[in-house]
Amino acid sequence: MNGDDHREPGHVPLPEDSMSRDGVNAPVPVAHDAIPAVDPRLIVRQEGISGYLGEFKRRLSSGELGSLPVVLALIVIWAVFGSLDSSFLSAQNLSNLSQQIVGTGMIAIGVVFVLLLGEIDLSVGSVSGLCAAIFAVLDVTHGVNQWVALVAALVGGALVGLIQGLFFAKVGVPAFVVTLAGNLGWNGLMLQILGSSGTINLSGNDIVSRLYSTIYSKTIAAYGTAAIGVALFLVASLLDARRRRAAGVPSRPPADIALRTVALAVVAFAAAYTLNQYKGLPLALLIFLIFIVVLDFVLRRTTYGRQVFALGGNIEGARRAGINVSWTRISVFMICSTMAAVGGLFLAAQIQSASQTSGGGNLLMNCIAAAVIGGTSLFGGRGSTWSALLGALVIGSIQSGMNIMGLSNAIQFMITGAVLLAAVVIDSLSRKTQKAAGRA
Amino acid sequence: MAGPPVLALRSVSKRFGAVQALTEVELDVAAGEVVALVGDNGAGKSTLVKAIAGVNQPDEGVIEWEGRPVVIHRPQDAQHLGVATVYQDLALCDNLDVVGNLFLGRELRRFGVLNEVGMERRSRELLDTLSIRIPSVRIPIASLSGGQRQVVAIARALIGEPKIVILDEPTAALGVEQTAQVLDLVERLRDRGLGVILVSHNMADVMAVSDRVAVLRLGRNNGVFDVRYTNQQEIISAITGATDNAVTRRQSRGQEGVS
Repeated sequence: MNGDDHREPGHVPLPEDSMSRDGVNAPVPVAHDAIPAVDPRLIVRQEGISGYLGEFKRRLSSGELGSLPVVLALIVIWAVFGSLDSSFLSAQNLSNLSQQIVGTGMIAIGVVFVLLLGEIDLSVGSVSGLCAAIFAVLDVTHGVNQWVALVAALVGGALVGLIQGLFFAKVGVPAFVVTLAGNLGWNGLMLQILGSSGTINLSGNDIVSRLYSTIYSKTIAAYGTAAIGVALFLVASLLDARRRRAAGVPSRPPADIALRTVALAVVAFAAAYTLNQYKGLPLALLIFLIFIVVLDFVLRRTTYGRQVFALGGNIEGARRAGINVSWTRISVFMICSTMAAVGGLFLAAQIQSASQTSGGGNLLMNCIAAAVIGGTSLFGGRGSTWSALLGALVIGSIQSGMNIMGLSNAIQFMITGAVLLAAVVIDSLSRKTQKAAGRA
Repeated sequence: MAGPPVLALRSVSKRFGAVQALTEVELDVAAGEVVALVGDNGAGKSTLVKAIAGVNQPDEGVIEWEGRPVVIHRPQDAQHLGVATVYQDLALCDNLDVVGNLFLGRELRRFGVLNEVGMERRSRELLDTLSIRIPSVRIPIASLSGGQRQVVAIARALIGEPKIVILDEPTAALGVEQTAQVLDLVERLRDRGLGVILVSHNMADVMAVSDRVAVLRLGRNNGVFDVRYTNQQEIISAITGATDNAVTRRQSRGQEGVS
């Protein structure tokens, strides 16, 4: 069943076939009356920058906000805290911030997957703590090879996802309930594993600690990463445009590609410059970005990702299209829990221990909030792994700014809650507008 | 006219609890033929369609595919045989674009990655050859009109290169112009040599595009009519049971001829 070799079903000559051979008097088949298949009522985007701006305005007014609200929010947050305390925008604080968001952000990537299905996973906090405990107990208490301990923690996360996914997809228990039970149960298992001591300190030399704390201090590391990222984006865009032109389907105009590349380069090199002003490129941030890019690719460019989006759009349609609904659901919960494990390991490395409070507190809400604030819809079918980065940045910035200002947790919680509410309101309103504009 | 049947149902029966939904139903569909399946509500149309599409299995009777008896356990089995079903609710994913929907479940791949360019090109070709007018193949389904969604759903059925296409009430929710588009499309399917089973309540549509009309009444065959030699009244009588059973009437007519 490889698609490219399909014969074209019942070939009907296209206009160029019939015209070239028989000249003007060629009898035109009936079907040709309707070709070209372009609806005259269609709003066609003009070429060039002005057309791009027009398209942008039209999308905004029809409610396709994408990541615009969160980018604006981030700018406002940075401007406010920056004006209140200049140390907020210092290279040191921003570098630390880029490291601190990794734990939450990793978990949020997993949450994005579950949200794309239109489901929710309330166990990610507990699972992150559980997997950190698995690693700490194996590595520190039992002296197991640290790689084995690392793999065990990740496999533990995947198993949790498998169990919860089975209950959700096969037994039919709502994901909300399964993962709520999981939230309690896995937390209990973590306490059990940690035993009487309650807190296990990491050695600081273990693989997880090093993944978190390593910072590449050479200037070239940050700039090189930025350059590679921009170059890859440019090459991929150009290749795609060339293939599209060769196949005769619409492609991005060169000006559009140039604009996007320049925008990306500005952000990437500004970030690299800032990081180099302090210690350099944190390995944790690099790993986070790699996870985002790879999983974004999985979601947008693979059959599997298409199936995840399809399930978020229309479960019955996906089932009739031959998609294995149960398996896709289970696998998404496995990805989510595994990402929770990854995030839990980074969080443990951040505080250099796995303790009874690991994965507790407002971590769960922060992770879900990060995904939603970043622009992934709670209603399923719309979102991207990049929202984990943007959302984690917003939440991390608020926390960091409040800490610098010396504000209490009480104020932090209220403000983070308000931001989450704002994000959900924007999501709901944009969905409404899209419905009204016929785009959802 | 049409050759040997691609799909044939032989004496198919189906029970749901105490209800005998289908009783010894026969149906033949040949290549390049539009067979309308009509009947009142509860006549068994949907049950019959679901049996062919593999949604549920008949209790008794045989489904023959190109002369061979086959067992269709699951929707996938039907798809593999070459039966494509377009349900009334279309089952399109609103958040995916037209290309994504057309190729959902059978995406083209290139080096293991979605071949978006190839899928877009083939989508355009397919829609062009079917003279389907939609604004853009990269537009989300949510922004299409009802008729456009219907033709996209039908076009999607053709991606798998089926031999039989089942259309369940394709014009039920459409306006005049859109209905005309869908009926045009049905004729184009026939011209391409596909067998079409058209489930419909609309007699005008049925008379306009079908070659034969199979009437179900209370889960039983109540006559198969060639549209060239019948009229709307005769079919409606068969549907409502206003006449005595048309099958028996034809049989008795045949016997008279013999004797």
